[in-house]
Amino acid sequence: MTYRYDELDRTLVAERVAQFRDQTSRFLAGELSEDEFRPLRLRNGLYIQRHAPMLRVAIPYGLLTSRQLRRLAHIARTYDRNYGHFSTRQNLQYNWPRLADVPDILSELAEVDMHSIQTSGNCVRNITADHFAGIAPDELIDPRPLAEILRQWSTFHPEFSYLPRKFKIAINGAASDRTALLLHDIGLAASRDADGEIGLRVSVGGGMGRTPMVGHVICDFLPWRQMLKYVEAILRVYNRYGRRDNLWKARIKILVKSIGPEEFARQVEEEFVALKDSPSVISDSEYARVAASFRPPAYASLPERTPTCEQARADSPAFSRWVGRNVHPHRQPGYAAVTLSLKKTGAPPGDITSGQMELVADLADRYSFGELRVSHEQNLILADVRQDDLFALWLEAKSGGLATPNVGLLTNIISCPGGDFCSLANAKSIPIAEAIQRRFDDLDYLHDVGELDLNISGCMNSCGHHHIGHIGILGVDKNGAEWYQVSIGGAQGHDAQLGQVIGPSFAAAEMPDVVERLVAAYLDLRREDERFVDTVHRLGLAPFKDRVYREEVARAA
Amino acid sequence: MLPDRVIRVDPPRVERDEWAFVQDAADVLPEGPAIVPLSTWLPRRESLPARQPIGVWLAPDDDPDSLRGDLAAVSVIAVHFPKAADGRGYSTAVLLRRLGYRGELRAFGDIGRDHLFFLLRCGFDAFSLPPNKDPHLALAAFREFTLHYQGAVDDPTPLYRRRPVAGQASHG
Repeated sequence: MTYRYDELDRTLVAERVAQFRDQTSRFLAGELSEDEFRPLRLRNGLYIQRHAPMLRVAIPYGLLTSRQLRRLAHIARTYDRNYGHFSTRQNLQYNWPRLADVPDILSELAEVDMHSIQTSGNCVRNITADHFAGIAPDELIDPRPLAEILRQWSTFHPEFSYLPRKFKIAINGAASDRTALLLHDIGLAASRDADGEIGLRVSVGGGMGRTPMVGHVICDFLPWRQMLKYVEAILRVYNRYGRRDNLWKARIKILVKSIGPEEFARQVEEEFVALKDSPSVISDSEYARVAASFRPPAYASLPERTPTCEQARADSPAFSRWVGRNVHPHRQPGYAAVTLSLKKTGAPPGDITSGQMELVADLADRYSFGELRVSHEQNLILADVRQDDLFALWLEAKSGGLATPNVGLLTNIISCPGGDFCSLANAKSIPIAEAIQRRFDDLDYLHDVGELDLNISGCMNSCGHHHIGHIGILGVDKNGAEWYQVSIGGAQGHDAQLGQVIGPSFAAAEMPDVVERLVAAYLDLRREDERFVDTVHRLGLAPFKDRVYREEVARAA
Repeated sequence: MLPDRVIRVDPPRVERDEWAFVQDAADVLPEGPAIVPLSTWLPRRESLPARQPIGVWLAPDDDPDSLRGDLAAVSVIAVHFPKAADGRGYSTAVLLRRLGYRGELRAFGDIGRDHLFFLLRCGFDAFSLPPNKDPHLALAAFREFTLHYQGAVDDPTPLYRRRPVAGQASHG
């Protein structure tokens, strides 16, 4: 279940809504200038975009109830154009609200214990976590209680609300990393010491953007009760010494790089020692109070394998294909997690209509204890589905356009909203995604190509995480025209790697060809079960580069 | 130029400001209470306090630790916010309070109503707003929030240490 608010949590959110309503009315009355209002609205997730404001709603570590999703659908229908967009940071964005309506939207959100606090601005942003938290078979600890404790600690933190730049924290409790941990300002990974005590391995200084970097581990084992103190120490060092003279050099990764991870770790340690008497050591009772919200639901006692599901797979190749891609293992016998794909060809990646939201809410109620999750790959997950319900669920999801069997495949494109909406973008993302999806419309071919992460960002802010795409596409501006730079070999997980640029950029119309040539080169060169990214890592850029640009020249000649 | 009014707390109020700011180390010291730059203070820390009530102000990159030995000698420490977005002064305040400074800690510069609550929580207890901002209207900032999750200088106890224990009745 999601974290259950009590009266204190509700009071705080209600007071924030009232504060923002007042700030908005002071701005609309001319008492606050645009320059004064900007940082106030940004830290409440409100951007002014190309066509209208964009409101980013926080979905802490990606967890939602069906009731909350229905409210998001209602808001999209009432105040927006009947859809929302799930982002790579597990949040939801509305692209068309009116500024004057935003306080009312926030009131509507507050009624279902939601908000848009710190979804933008130079502060600690939404804490992200594994979308399989609590059900993954490879989990050491459930990261959600600590994520929630960290969320509360960082909410309206008085000292760290005007940091040099935005600050992103991810927490992972499983053996495999599904959070892109090493690409965060702080990554917290559960670990266990020789005595079996639980702690956190702390990395800092990862990030994407203009200067992508993989984070450095500065503490191998932090006792979990010390988490808030250690994060406070990191943020204090960063707040004092992070660069403020240049927007592009203001992230913590630049500070860590300039003084070196060892020196940074030493300064953090010194500050951490100075905090020795801090009351913010996490107490066992607080941990227990928060963890109670995340107790497993009332599972039925079921056998490991379900004959009805096996039979349905044998009868329907389409169902079987969907199970193969979109259904994931679960630690509870007889259950599975299901990805509802928001990557149907023709719909912008991550976009969802009000009707689809309501359908998913119904499916969550009927099949998954009324809860769902948002993945950083911009899909929705029903985490606790009985295997003998999978076929019925699949039929309903299919009718709602949510059963594209492409999780992990090339058409499961991760993309920012790009130049169609975002005023920061150099180039459009959505039409590129769609053109590539159309080119790879043949499901058999797609499945033969196998696992391939394709990420698109419309600019260097990297909201589409292109640096860690097996194929990454970045929109660039060349003399006012939109061009696309291509990198390959990026990867997420414990072995996170940044992709390398293959060469000069391409026009939009060339992009499906470029991707097709990269894939063709891979199919020629791959060994047995090797994934695209493994082949790139084995052979390097050259054969891919050669294939792409040779055909380019041949066609031009 | 700074206005001649200052916001003080406990209870929140607007008062006439008896202090004059010396902006630059080269400026002549005025008669009466004066707040001087750190660069003026450091070489004259022995002689200045005898002369008049004295305060020191810190720029964002001044190290609060350089006042470690002077905390009893000054009546005011002020922290400058040249731009609202530059949040270093929040940490400066936290560190000064941690060093044991108990006197008036004043924020001045590009600050307004919407910063006061966080500044207060970091240990500031006096605020000089720019002349174009009405300090009386800004007092509303102290009524906007009735609780907070995390400990800070004003109240080091995190909310969770005051939450009702599970199973007991909520006092919300």
